[in-house]
Amino acid sequence: MGNIFDILGPVMVGPSSSHTAGAARIGLISRQLFGRQPKKATVYLHGSFAATGKGHGTDRALIAGLLGMKPDDMRIPDSFEIAKEEGMDFTIESKDIKGAHPNTAQITMEAEGVKPMKIQAYSIGGGRIRVCKLDGIDVNFSGESNTLIIRNVDEPGRIMDVAAALSLAEINIATMQVFRDKRGGFAVMVVETDQIVPKYAIDALEARKGIIQVKFLNVNGAIE
Amino acid sequence: MSYQSMEEAQERCEREGIEFWKAVQLEDADERGVTEEDSWKEMKRMWQAMLDGLDAYEPDRMSRSGLVGKEGGLMDAYRQAGDTLCGDFMAKVMANALKMGCNNACMKRIVAAPTAGACGVMPAVLVTYYREYEVPEEKMIEAMYVAAGVGQIIANRAYLAGASGGCQAEIGSGSGMAAAAICHVKGGSTEQLGHACAMALKNLMGLVCDPVGGLVEVPCVKRNVGGAVNALAAADMALAGIISQIPVDQVIDAMKEVGDKMDVSLRETGIGGVAGSPKGMEVMERLNM
Repeated sequence: MGNIFDILGPVMVGPSSSHTAGAARIGLISRQLFGRQPKKATVYLHGSFAATGKGHGTDRALIAGLLGMKPDDMRIPDSFEIAKEEGMDFTIESKDIKGAHPNTAQITMEAEGVKPMKIQAYSIGGGRIRVCKLDGIDVNFSGESNTLIIRNVDEPGRIMDVAAALSLAEINIATMQVFRDKRGGFAVMVVETDQIVPKYAIDALEARKGIIQVKFLNVNGAIE
Repeated sequence: MSYQSMEEAQERCEREGIEFWKAVQLEDADERGVTEEDSWKEMKRMWQAMLDGLDAYEPDRMSRSGLVGKEGGLMDAYRQAGDTLCGDFMAKVMANALKMGCNNACMKRIVAAPTAGACGVMPAVLVTYYREYEVPEEKMIEAMYVAAGVGQIIANRAYLAGASGGCQAEIGSGSGMAAAAICHVKGGSTEQLGHACAMALKNLMGLVCDPVGGLVEVPCVKRNVGGAVNALAAADMALAGIISQIPVDQVIDAMKEVGDKMDVSLRETGIGGVAGSPKGMEVMERLNM
């Protein structure tokens, strides 16, 4: 359980903290991870999201999040029209995802000049979410803390690179998780930090051999 | 670590000679590593959002399903005609509960308290009283802490989600929180606000979560009225010196036991209760869900 503002709060656009606020947050975190507004988004809704999503505005909230709106943004009900104005194409369909949480969304984001990104996340109530898959690799993070997401080659020394870079910038690691698709394949590190990771540390890390990409989710919502 | 029981919080109040709301604020500052001032600012933001939320109500706006939206306006007009059963103040409380419930269904801005579905109970009780009797705003923000503290104890011992424990956990908890909060505004003691909460929770114990078509509309919007009126009645009883024979912590535990025994069809699945009535099914068919 969280703090008293999980009891009184969040301030949000209705009607449901799990199906509306949580959905907006999934969209917003996805956009932040992608690092830009997608040109095209393909969204699949599973379980309760698919069954009652329309009536709860889950579809509109997800698109609103992808457009950069927070869960209390009054423009959420009009997100489809705003997406059209801003030239973001999207499709939303129902899909049965085996073993997934009832409030799950799967989003593929595309934009010119960058690799597409595929995210699976679910809403746990109270407007809070978990990201559980990133480009096919199992992960687990909420985006409620500063979060560094590193995609790397699964080989010795990469964890040390990350630890060293953060140590040099005097960043304290709160939690750290490592995931991989297969031995020697692609890996993902999810590192929650107490401080904001500065851009120079991210750039330095990204320049290292075996590190493919580094993304930073700032708890204040800014994209690094 | 937040309070696990009302008893624990009351002990701290006695030991340190502070009021309940202060104990909640100190705990929040400690838990989130912020100053008391920052904590207060955040609570004031929640309060302001409740005031703004009520003012943003539009009587002509209907939810996407078309089931709810105009009820707040109808209640307002009826009250203004001056011939209500419950009297002017209570009619305002009812209208405000409906307005926030409708706002939520119409995708307008609300404060989840404790949930979006129950967002009308707290503002109906607190904002209506504040505007009627011109209480200092500080007192209302203290009351918000009281509500949050009580809600946190309910969350720690039981739950606040309809999917977990039925509507008793949502409207019931909201009503218990609002009862304790308004009891504080009226100068009730820590014991009295505990009794107010206990009585409000007991009156709504067993309430099922049966939304038609799974939408937060029917019967949710009107249940906010039930929660608000019940909160005021419970607070009045506590202020009259009436006590809950069962201590509030044990009432919360009982609520959890009832929720655990509740059939899954009655926990936000849109299957049982009024959702499963012939008319409820008809509406669901019409919405093609």
